[in-house]
Amino acid sequence: MADIDTLTENAGETAAAEAGTTRKMTLNMGPQHPSTHGVLRIVLELDGETITRAKPEIGFLHTGIEKQAETRTWQQVVPLTDRTDYLANLSNNLGYVLAVEKLLQMEVPPRAQFMRVMLTEITRINSHLVWLGTSALDVGAMSVFFYCFREREEILRLFEFFSGQRLMTSYFRIGGLALDAPRGWRKWIEKFLDVMPSRIDMLEGLLTENIIFKQRTQGVGYISLDDMLDLSVTGPMLRAAGLKVDARKDYPYSSYDKFQFEVPTRTENDVYARYLVRMAEMRESLKIIRQALDGMPEGPYTADAQNVVLPDREKMKTQMEALIYHFKIVSEGFRVPPGEAYQVVESPRGELAYYVVSDGTSKPYRVFMRTPSFGNLQALETMFVGFPIADSIASLGSMDFVLGDTDR
Amino acid sequence: MIPEELNQDPIVAAIRERFPDAIQEARRDLGELTLIIAPGHLVEVCRFLKREQTFVRLSSVTGVDWMPRTPRLEVVYHIESVARKQRLRLKAWAGGEPPAIDSVTPVWRGADWYEREVFDLFGVVFRNHPDMRRIMMPDTWEGHPLRKDFPVHGYKYSYADEE
Repeated sequence: MADIDTLTENAGETAAAEAGTTRKMTLNMGPQHPSTHGVLRIVLELDGETITRAKPEIGFLHTGIEKQAETRTWQQVVPLTDRTDYLANLSNNLGYVLAVEKLLQMEVPPRAQFMRVMLTEITRINSHLVWLGTSALDVGAMSVFFYCFREREEILRLFEFFSGQRLMTSYFRIGGLALDAPRGWRKWIEKFLDVMPSRIDMLEGLLTENIIFKQRTQGVGYISLDDMLDLSVTGPMLRAAGLKVDARKDYPYSSYDKFQFEVPTRTENDVYARYLVRMAEMRESLKIIRQALDGMPEGPYTADAQNVVLPDREKMKTQMEALIYHFKIVSEGFRVPPGEAYQVVESPRGELAYYVVSDGTSKPYRVFMRTPSFGNLQALETMFVGFPIADSIASLGSMDFVLGDTDR
Repeated sequence: MIPEELNQDPIVAAIRERFPDAIQEARRDLGELTLIIAPGHLVEVCRFLKREQTFVRLSSVTGVDWMPRTPRLEVVYHIESVARKQRLRLKAWAGGEPPAIDSVTPVWRGADWYEREVFDLFGVVFRNHPDMRRIMMPDTWEGHPLRKDFPVHGYKYSYADEE
């Protein structure tokens, strides 16, 4: 965050006035602008309608999550990860627990792995729906927003059914899941899979051939692939530029290698292409959910590691050892061998990575979250400069960032 | 100190051939390759890795505070080769007071915000960085919150009244 004077001093007003051309104007967008999807402030310098400079300012939502993580036990960090990217909380849970499991060299049973895959894919649809609703609203398609949030409500109910929470689920734990899937979960997922394809068709019907939407998005928000790679941009933005990168395929985790799915790509590299990529991704996610449902293995949902995973309630009441382990885990936590791990997962927004460092104690020494929104937002200036201000709203929407994820 | 089996690694071998003293230490833990680079060679090794070893993407830059060791601050770079689907971790120690290290923004422009974040939260100054100022904390903030000697609740109750 910086002082407004330092950002606006080169507004260029005098230079333009001397040249006798148009006067440059500095416009402050945000931090409370509806299209910035959170508290992002952008200082724009305009020449007529064309943006000549754009300085994003972040940090308004910085809550020191990485610092807090150093004061909790390993398991207690899981709820903190929910609160970074609150639209894709399960992807964040997954990244963190996989990183710690890597340090513990722990193998999670197949049922937990499949459950994780299934729920993170539902999260992906959830996140894309919110993105679709809000970014369509930005370019004037209001009704889409209501339909998207109706579908999202179904997903949140599903999360509540599984974990007891709608948003901050913390359903994945180090060593497996918090709970086994509730009774009757198959029926819920079946119902979701029955309904969702036609709902996605409907959403596409509202937008894909919509002439207003196409005119607002086609050829807008271009940024070259080289620039994006240089600026640490990841996820659907790269795929809409024709680069087939996806951590689920490139560095398979949590048994993603057992699933058949495509990585949708486009080559147009504009806002419309990003829209098409995300719509196709939702359909691919549905395919993965279907495979996970059909192939869901039976068996335990937590790893067989009594010093990490809380014991069964029944055992606790009958076995002394289980009671002791329960007390140890709850009071002290568990120790993680010294070392470091970098775990990459594909969040709906792009590359999400957790860098965890352990010094052998029961608290993390360092948890670093490489969040996709932070990297993607760096491309903002390159994407804005030289284009009209009206387009900036559409390009901003197409980046799909969450400010909680950026600032942490 | 490079273990014998890592001398055979193509990346380690390529860097050693070009810059014989650049790698101070190398290890492979949990399948992840880590190279500790001499701070003076950091930028040229990065440029070499990007241009000739296809590590076109910088994934992240972060720091770790190893107080009371000197130098205490370690800067960690995670880079990726999109073509080879390979990741690599580079580390360098930031020495001096205030701790300083060369910026890799001339190699990857994306390092810009990450280095500002490390500066803000750890107090590592990046030389040749185009815009070295705080990114997360307010400009009036004192101290660097992710350092180990910074209390979790901060030094003061409120920063709100300050100019």
